[in-house]
Amino acid sequence: MTTLERFRNFWPRDRVFDFLVPQTPPDLDLTHGVILYLEGITVSFGGFKAIDDLNLYIEDGELRCIIGPNGAGKSTLMDIITGKTRPDAGSAWFGQQINLLKMTEPEIARAGIGRKFQKPTVFENHTVQDNLELAMAGPKAVWPTLTARLNAAQRERIESVLETVGLQAQIHRRAGALSHGQKQWLEIGMLLMQNPKLLLVDEPVAGMTQQESERTAELLVSLAGPRSVVVVEHDMEFVRSIARKVTVLHQGRVLAEGSMDDVQHDPRVVEVYLGGEPCSTLKN
Amino acid sequence: MTIFTHLYKEDRAGGVLLGLLLAAGLLVPVLNLGLGEAHPLHLSTYTVTLLGKYLCYALLAMAVDMAWGYLGILTLGHGAFFALGGYAMGMYLMRQIGSRGVYGHPLLPDFMVFLNWKELPWFWHGFDGFIFALLMVMAVPGLLAFLFGWFAFRSRVTGVYLSIMTQALTYALMLAFFRNDLGFGGNNGLTDFKEILGFSLQADGTRAGLFAASAAALALGYLACRFITRSRLGKLCTAIRDQEDRARFIGYRVEAAKLWVFVFSAVLAGIAGALYVPQVGIINPTEFAPLASIEAVVWVAVGGRATLYGAVLGALIINYAKSYLTAAFPDAWLFGLGALFVLVTLFLPQGVAGLLQMVPFRKKGGTP
Repeated sequence: MTTLERFRNFWPRDRVFDFLVPQTPPDLDLTHGVILYLEGITVSFGGFKAIDDLNLYIEDGELRCIIGPNGAGKSTLMDIITGKTRPDAGSAWFGQQINLLKMTEPEIARAGIGRKFQKPTVFENHTVQDNLELAMAGPKAVWPTLTARLNAAQRERIESVLETVGLQAQIHRRAGALSHGQKQWLEIGMLLMQNPKLLLVDEPVAGMTQQESERTAELLVSLAGPRSVVVVEHDMEFVRSIARKVTVLHQGRVLAEGSMDDVQHDPRVVEVYLGGEPCSTLKN
Repeated sequence: MTIFTHLYKEDRAGGVLLGLLLAAGLLVPVLNLGLGEAHPLHLSTYTVTLLGKYLCYALLAMAVDMAWGYLGILTLGHGAFFALGGYAMGMYLMRQIGSRGVYGHPLLPDFMVFLNWKELPWFWHGFDGFIFALLMVMAVPGLLAFLFGWFAFRSRVTGVYLSIMTQALTYALMLAFFRNDLGFGGNNGLTDFKEILGFSLQADGTRAGLFAASAAALALGYLACRFITRSRLGKLCTAIRDQEDRARFIGYRVEAAKLWVFVFSAVLAGIAGALYVPQVGIINPTEFAPLASIEAVVWVAVGGRATLYGAVLGALIINYAKSYLTAAFPDAWLFGLGALFVLVTLFLPQGVAGLLQMVPFRKKGGTP
């Protein structure tokens, strides 16, 4: 035992001062099979109720699609779950134990909720590998970040995620040089590096070609199971191709919930989406 | 020597910079002290001091590059940290004068005797010790940067608003330091220094030593900055610069990373100021002037952002041009600086460093 190690054992700083103990969120408790509880959530922006007494439950391992017209509150919902916006009322729990309303954005991210933005948001001046390295789960305080070095296991982890999102060949390319679709996949890869239990994916196929959105559909379906995936999307065909269960938002409330078939024959949904007339986009 | 060859392979510009600094740190004192004045290669003490001053500016430019180039904080107030480091050193130098001042007071600096002060203010105690002064050179700018960053970054002020706040910070400090009753010599500042660590500041040897110390500080500063920018923290910094939200939503406390790198940058600027003061022989509130901080930003813009060596290059080029032009065309100098800034912004967005990177270097057994 070196002197340094002996000194460390003699003076364990994290046991001398309580505030130095690394803050770890409580383990995710999924005993009731539900990963996300949103109850009575209300948010208003200057009198306008973006979310109005919303209740939403996401089960462990499910793939859920959220649809709704513009202004239905889909993005605000994402903001609340990830800590960007605080609701005026209501509660949001991650598993049985974790109160999302008391946590900051980075804490929520480290607790296991990954968020993909609507516009592909990657670090364009970094290589694909560096993007994934930065996103990797692990200590993210300033000092450990300064001294961090990639080890073999972590390199393997990066490679396996690259394989999942199909970007192995691009590992050393600058992220800014990727195509639009590749950036979306890289961003999903960055989320996977954090080992999230819940993925929030905002409009993954906007601006994608047919082939690209088919691959994205496969990818998202394969990701659900070990983790829950929530997809916000406008593209009905895409939703139909992946969804088991669909939630329709309207004016900040849940209008309908169920399978794609149930939802699109629901008269209230038809009313909201189509203004009472049958429409091809929803009927396909 | 191996460290240089290693550096040269990995980071060509950095290797060249460190090699040049080492050579200058050794050669300049020799050319100044070792050769007679008649010798064609003799460097006058005036030149040595001028070069030393440039190196201090280069260190300040590197500090600005850490904040602006890597973190994306366009700081228009780094002169404040530079000046605070300078004042801390100036206070040490004042205390070294002892009873040799004009009024011959054993304890009080001249300006306090002049203002009829009877005793030394509490914050002047301890500055008779060099080590204490060195600590303050780093601690005072660091602490100010910490307080400023703590409030600014936590409330998520970014962009032009943050720039204006940094500008206001240095301007407020300038106004405060102009006041006599603050206890830092008012608008005359601190001057008439006699010696540092027992060496006369008028002696050629001391000047050459200060130059070598500036070169060493710049070299060490470069290595420290390079260590940070090449680490994962450095990647995080540029990630924050480009996509702050993304960095936050992958689990980083963005404000903490910004805060510590900003503090580091302020400490570097403080060290630069501390080396600057004994060489120019005076520190006064004009060092806090917003224009001084803006000039430092121009150096970095001209040299090239986020390269470190570009900042050094920019500071050296502009200050050399300034020394030359202010003597040759005193009226036209400011127009020259303005034109240079506009031209570089228009035609060389990557600065001189970007121009250098376009020159194809041949690498051994690889593509350029």
